[in-house]
Amino acid sequence: MKTFEYASPNSLKDALGLLSDTWGETEILAGGTDLLTSIKQDVTAPRLVVSLKEVKGLSGIDSKGGNLSIGATTKLKDLIANEDVQKHFPGLVTAAKNIGSAQIINAGTVAGDLLQRPRCWYFRNGFGLFGMAGGKELVPDGDNRYHAIFGNGGKAKFVNPSSLAPLLIALGAGIDVQGPKKERSVKAADFFSTPKTESEREYALQANEIVTGISIPLSGKKNGIYEVRHRLGLDWPMVAAAVAFDESGGRIRNASVVLGHVAPTPWVAERATAVLNGQSRKAGAQAAGNAAAQGATPLSKNAYKVSQVKVAVRRAIEAV
Amino acid sequence: MSAMENDQAPWDMSRRGFLKGVGTGAVATGLMQGATDAEAASALRSGKPVGPGAVPITLNVNGTHRWLNAEPSVTLLDALRNRLDTTGCKKVCDRGTCGACTVMLDGDVVYSCSVLAIEAQGRKIVTAEGLGTPEAMSAVQESFVENDALQCGFCTPGFVVATTAFVRDHPNATLEEVREGMGGNLCRCGTYVGITKVAYDLAKKGDA
Repeated sequence: MKTFEYASPNSLKDALGLLSDTWGETEILAGGTDLLTSIKQDVTAPRLVVSLKEVKGLSGIDSKGGNLSIGATTKLKDLIANEDVQKHFPGLVTAAKNIGSAQIINAGTVAGDLLQRPRCWYFRNGFGLFGMAGGKELVPDGDNRYHAIFGNGGKAKFVNPSSLAPLLIALGAGIDVQGPKKERSVKAADFFSTPKTESEREYALQANEIVTGISIPLSGKKNGIYEVRHRLGLDWPMVAAAVAFDESGGRIRNASVVLGHVAPTPWVAERATAVLNGQSRKAGAQAAGNAAAQGATPLSKNAYKVSQVKVAVRRAIEAV
Repeated sequence: MSAMENDQAPWDMSRRGFLKGVGTGAVATGLMQGATDAEAASALRSGKPVGPGAVPITLNVNGTHRWLNAEPSVTLLDALRNRLDTTGCKKVCDRGTCGACTVMLDGDVVYSCSVLAIEAQGRKIVTAEGLGTPEAMSAVQESFVENDALQCGFCTPGFVVATTAFVRDHPNATLEEVREGMGGNLCRCGTYVGITKVAYDLAKKGDA
């Protein structure tokens, strides 16, 4: 691993003061499960790593003002064990449990799941976010079996790796961000972006800003997720679906369907949402799955993921 | 690197105390090193950047305070194996997948390849060596032997640590829970049947 300077500031203000406004010069360390691997893989080579472990007030789960607030550095194991999360957001518990082994759950953090870099093997092996070599894009004719089937018309063909983001978007969550001068809240739906250059990242965050927490409205919506994987054991999903909706008189209302691992950002399946509203769960599940898969633009080796979208959405709705 | 006989690392002394301790006849290099270590430790505590060169690090490994100088980029795994001769944890994938480097940090299992040594200061680190000795094995270690739960043995120390935490946290676990909960460790020899039996039996007995 390349060497770097290291600081463990005692306050958010001090942490912000250490961050560069250029991506990659400094990196924030929380659980370390993705950052340290990324540095070993030369995906990033920071001059300075800023640890958040001594910064107070960044972890913990509180319900206040009709929201459940989850601190950025809350460990995934604490998210899973929290009674309020279990009661209101069972889908989030399932999503967090699915992230990895006990070792990952014990170390990894909530914001770390949102901010981890893509798993694309071209990216992880030195060909950059767009998988380029000699001015040529490698993904379209290469091994793209795990790549995007939506939103892949540009150079970015990787998939967003977050397990929590799809359901957070479906639940209308907000991401709290602290910058050097001001604090802001970004809708989870607006937080992820598709980079157009190698120097950008995959989210609407400046390099010198810190995600401090997540607020999820306590709306009472039913929610759930389903991941399609190669095997039952720990693995990255090929497709994930998150759903949230109200249900009264046997009819679904205010539905939201968001897909994971299918596009460079979490992918809001608007057609599925439209189909689902007003339907019974039984009648709506299959139709919503089919609608969610419409408009997919699979690459040469990943058309199978289009079928998986149908299954994931149906099973997510049935599992709620 | 030898184990410290007490809990105080050299750089925790004040510089004044250090100078007094070594006396006026001290060799200049030793004196400079002591002062630099004290300054680095103080900078680290106040949240200022340290490194990229070696800085003093104190680790509590299996109940003993150990100290070393290492770059902030050194992982806990490399510090344990290469600097402190605690070689139970193994370096296999070095990317948080295989589990051979599993240790406990304050009782929680983590991949030591994905933790910086400098971040593990102040926390209780337990490796397979800390769970028992060949003469006085822990219940999990004994059960690995009884169930022939190893072949080449390279993944075994990581599995022993992971199993110890799993059994502690999952009394009366079902077979399905064992398979899922132990999914963070891999064995290329395929000794899963034996390992699963160790975890299942001990979780039932509740005496790990």
